[in-house]
Amino acid sequence: MDSKRTNRRELLKGGAALAGGLTLGVPVHAQEHDHAIVPGNQNASPMIMGSKELIEYGQRSKYVTSVRISHGGRPSPDEFGKVMHVASPLQDSVGTITPSSLHYVATTRGSYMPDIDPKQHTLLIHGLVDRPLTFTMADLKRLPSVTRLHFIECAGNRHNGRQKNVQESHGMTSCSEWTGVLLSTLLKECGLKGSATWFVAEGAEEVKGASSMPIAKAMDDCLIAYGMNGEAVRPQNGFPLRLMAPGFEGIFHTKYLRRIKIVDRYYMNYNDYGHLDKDPKEAALAFQIGPKSVITHPSGDQRLPGKGFYEISGLAWSGGGAIRTVEVSTDGGKKWNRAEFKGTPQRMAHVRFSYPWTWDGNETEILSRCTDEIGQQQPTREQVAKYWNEPFERNYRVPGLDNSVMPWKIARDGSVTNGLA
Amino acid sequence: MASLRLVAIMLLVGSSAFAQTYGVGRTPSADEIRALDISIGPTGEELPLGRGTAKEGALVFRQKGCVGCHGAAGIGGGPAPALQSKQGPEVPIWERERILPLRAPFATTVWDFINRGMPLGNEGTLKPDEVYALTAYLLFLNKVIPEDEVLDKQSLPKVKMPIGDDYARLPVWKSGTPRLQGYPY
Repeated sequence: MDSKRTNRRELLKGGAALAGGLTLGVPVHAQEHDHAIVPGNQNASPMIMGSKELIEYGQRSKYVTSVRISHGGRPSPDEFGKVMHVASPLQDSVGTITPSSLHYVATTRGSYMPDIDPKQHTLLIHGLVDRPLTFTMADLKRLPSVTRLHFIECAGNRHNGRQKNVQESHGMTSCSEWTGVLLSTLLKECGLKGSATWFVAEGAEEVKGASSMPIAKAMDDCLIAYGMNGEAVRPQNGFPLRLMAPGFEGIFHTKYLRRIKIVDRYYMNYNDYGHLDKDPKEAALAFQIGPKSVITHPSGDQRLPGKGFYEISGLAWSGGGAIRTVEVSTDGGKKWNRAEFKGTPQRMAHVRFSYPWTWDGNETEILSRCTDEIGQQQPTREQVAKYWNEPFERNYRVPGLDNSVMPWKIARDGSVTNGLA
Repeated sequence: MASLRLVAIMLLVGSSAFAQTYGVGRTPSADEIRALDISIGPTGEELPLGRGTAKEGALVFRQKGCVGCHGAAGIGGGPAPALQSKQGPEVPIWERERILPLRAPFATTVWDFINRGMPLGNEGTLKPDEVYALTAYLLFLNKVIPEDEVLDKQSLPKVKMPIGDDYARLPVWKSGTPRLQGYPY
């Protein structure tokens, strides 16, 4: 009792650096630390002075240096300040939500960001409706809202043997908490006509990118989002308004949303042309995203310091619904073990999974695979090739968005490399 | 009797007379909608008045700087895709280059694309006559239409594109079903 009290007093004198620890009641580590390194009331670390910026908006520690990188070989920004594809650092991710500053970015072609004044921004809904309506941002915020976790993934998120790490191979997906109005709420306000079968969503960027989507999707779960992770949607993610089409390829999640037109056919406009295909299976698979998972730790470019215990951790998601199970193999796919979820899997959202593993120091390969709530399974490339009766080779191209299993190779020295290499 | 009453209620609900639930939002004028509606569908009903030919388009193509990115007469070589096929109509369409004014299933798609997305850095500045002319020029370069064909609101949607009917239609989407019927993955 006595010693505890003394210790507490010393800690208090120790000041702000240890204040976080007090509430958790951590005397054991703190005590050792105190006696071994910092006698008396000296501080263990230099202190950061408060500044206007830190008080008003905050920032991460200078020791945390995880950043996004250009994806697919084209630099972002380019020499003109245009942005192409930018991948999220999944190797450093923890939990389920991607920080807004690290959310992946994709543009239909090199693009500037429109600098939209939300007071001037409106959303027009028209076409095959009884009452076309224009909504201001203030109008939208009056309506009943929903808040949901959803991932977005770019169709270009394909892994191959040349990529070094999970940011290069899988970084074109992210997950955020989105807040806004269900599109079905707005369409009920407008009154859909019986002939309505498709809708075209259009953004306010340079090319006014437009995509056709089924009206059934609009009425099911599309979301007109003005909020992202507790604040306004970021400009790179579509400020002030973004259409969320949960589980559909990223390009459908129309940024800078300004207009929705209700129509009676596929409109074959700007982004639709990119989906034009000869093969009906390729066309069908390039809409809704299949079940997919990847181990983010340990993953490529990382190094295990030695044999012993490691929590294998990764992300799983599906465009078909919530993830039902994730399995992890630590022996190259011979034995599969049920992984644990961190939290309850949500529909069309990343879920963090983990598996406790003791590495024996031998060379091995670790992999993950998942199943979603409608029974779709994440395949290996061999399985996909076999299904389509196509010859299999290591870099077999999976039709639609590549949702095949990703292997990571672990060498005896603990280095982790791409198992497809 | 009760079921008859239910039918009556459902008819009422389904009719356009049924009021808005929240009464939020403003009714835009027809002019306002027309000004914003740049979605040109396959029927061409949204097309503005105007006209253009390939000859006029060749001039616009040079004046607007298209050559700088797409090459002279769209032969490519610059930072943007080629717009003129090097192959002839004897090659099946899916084995030819992926060139928008050649492969698009509708000429309206070509018009829509140019109108929204071009020219780079000055998007949305082309006048309807210029877009009609550029569309005619690119379709002529790819031997889809003759050089003297006039494209306008009536003729553009009627242009027969080489792809014809030979492209995949999307399956009907239904919530909670696999992305492709019978596909386990």
